Amino acid sequence: MNVKPDEANLARDQIVRDADNPRDSIVARFGADKPLKLDAGVDLSPFQIAYTTYGTLNADRSNAVLICHALTGDQHVNNVHPVTGKNGWWETLIGPGKPIDTERYFIICTNVLGGCMGTTGPASTNPATGKPWGLDFPVITIRDMVRAQAMLLDHLGIETLFAVVGGSMGGMQVLQWAASYPQRVFAALPIATATRHSAQNIAFHEVGRQAIMADPEWKGGRYHLEGANPRRGLAVARMGAHITYLSDAALHRKFGRNFQNRERATFSFDADFQVESYLRHQGISFVERFDANSYLYLTRAMDYFDLAADNGGVLAHAFRDTPTRFCVISFTSDWLFPTPESRATVHALNAAKARVSFAEIVTDKGHDAFLLDEPEMFGIVRGFLDGAGKARGLPWISAKK
Amino acid sequence: MSDRKFTRQNGNGAVARVDLMLVSEMVERNAKVLDVGCGDGELLQILADIRNVDGRGIELSREGVNECVAKGLAVIQGDADTDLADYPDDAFDYVILSQTLQATRQPRVVLEHMLRIGRNAIVSFPNFGHWSVRMQLLFEGHMPRTDILPYSWYDTPNIHHCTIKDFVQLCQTVGISIDKAVALNAWGSPLRLNAPWWFWNLFGQQGVFLLSRKG
Repeated sequence: MNVKPDEANLARDQIVRDADNPRDSIVARFGADKPLKLDAGVDLSPFQIAYTTYGTLNADRSNAVLICHALTGDQHVNNVHPVTGKNGWWETLIGPGKPIDTERYFIICTNVLGGCMGTTGPASTNPATGKPWGLDFPVITIRDMVRAQAMLLDHLGIETLFAVVGGSMGGMQVLQWAASYPQRVFAALPIATATRHSAQNIAFHEVGRQAIMADPEWKGGRYHLEGANPRRGLAVARMGAHITYLSDAALHRKFGRNFQNRERATFSFDADFQVESYLRHQGISFVERFDANSYLYLTRAMDYFDLAADNGGVLAHAFRDTPTRFCVISFTSDWLFPTPESRATVHALNAAKARVSFAEIVTDKGHDAFLLDEPEMFGIVRGFLDGAGKARGLPWISAKK
Repeated sequence: MSDRKFTRQNGNGAVARVDLMLVSEMVERNAKVLDVGCGDGELLQILADIRNVDGRGIELSREGVNECVAKGLAVIQGDADTDLADYPDDAFDYVILSQTLQATRQPRVVLEHMLRIGRNAIVSFPNFGHWSVRMQLLFEGHMPRTDILPYSWYDTPNIHHCTIKDFVQLCQTVGISIDKAVALNAWGSPLRLNAPWWFWNLFGQQGVFLLSRKG
């Protein structure tokens, strides 16, 4: 994994610039009069939220859809990414005539609290010191992220969301939205997610965090101040996590035991196998756009997520008397958020007498399937939103089936 | 074969139609309904369209569920034998089990859950006491196969056949009140209302029952 140190430092400095002044984003700034009250018992102030929007808010402000991104996603859901130059991460699902139709809905996507793409996080400037927060940044939760998003909606003058949609960590935010602000969510679409992070998932996160913290360049979290960058640690964390997003079948289909640009094993520790080369690439390219401390904070927020624990140990209580309609989606080969997790969510919603749909989609693409071309998922998302739109009285049903 | 457990087995469209229309006529307008084994959502759609119900469905087959959800119906993938237990008491006005009772592992438990979850239950099932079924067993000596019971004994999802008489007895045993009962002939038309039970049991190809808790 050869990231040239000077390039890595350039990338690190760019991350710090983006953390305060993100490109291709709108920034909402909340001053001392509007602190964000965190679960950790701290008021975060001032703070800012970077977001993007697509489509047009209708006159009665009833067509807003909030998209919640996953652990390593950001607000660039439907535009070319300013750092990587890649297309929006969910442009398969969102766009004109697509299931989440930009001609029908007003779509908002925020960078999450603790992220590093313009919403306040550990790479942002700590106003007390004028330097990046680093580990002085308070530990945050999924509920804190959602609270910040709710403040943005207040700022935008949007009382009720037509829908909240997200996968993985984004799905956790969707469920938290429904639990925290049931009156503000008409329809909720949690995909490939759970109401709590499992022990196995916490374990994987811990391995990732230890990889970062074991990198001497991490410098106790002060790498921004000491001219260092724990790129190897972050890359290893990403490599390990990336395996959990795929599946054995998908890895075999994609790479098998094929060699990378060679005929036979080299009897060395080079990346002989294609799968090794692929993972190394994933690790290196991730370092260019993501802050290592941000990775620590966001994984921690997921670990702490447990909606049942927040509600006296009874998950159904999180959704008691909810007016929200739900559509829960899981994937057969997802072993990070396997179907039984979604089923537990559905059981709790049934127990809460909620209006809920649940579909499991057959795919070998693992957890990442929610980001990929899955026509069955598209049909379900479209059908669910069309049905909800009808119930909400939104002007027209999208024509393209 | 378990995939077919909750899909409607009505052999021809006309029979299915009458069966579903009959069920829908038993449901009050604007009611809250759970359709257990909702197949592709045909009944839920009818109920939404002509009865304005708030409908939910459970369906075992993944294809059926995904088709329903893509139509905008609130349907979950699940199993009557295991998933009814999660619903709270009195969550629905009606719980419907159409052509599925005979395919459940524990029909009595399912029936009890239906009337715990819902104030009313509507159950339709193929009558194993129909004369054509009796004739096949008596004279031909093999397990009966009919329009609405088309499977061979070795691949049928239907593991708990019953007759109309059996079902009435089960309702008495469990303490369920039969508010309305209709037997349909082989063409899907209701039999004479004032006919005695033995007549229904012999000439009804399927029974449709509106049930409620006793007392």
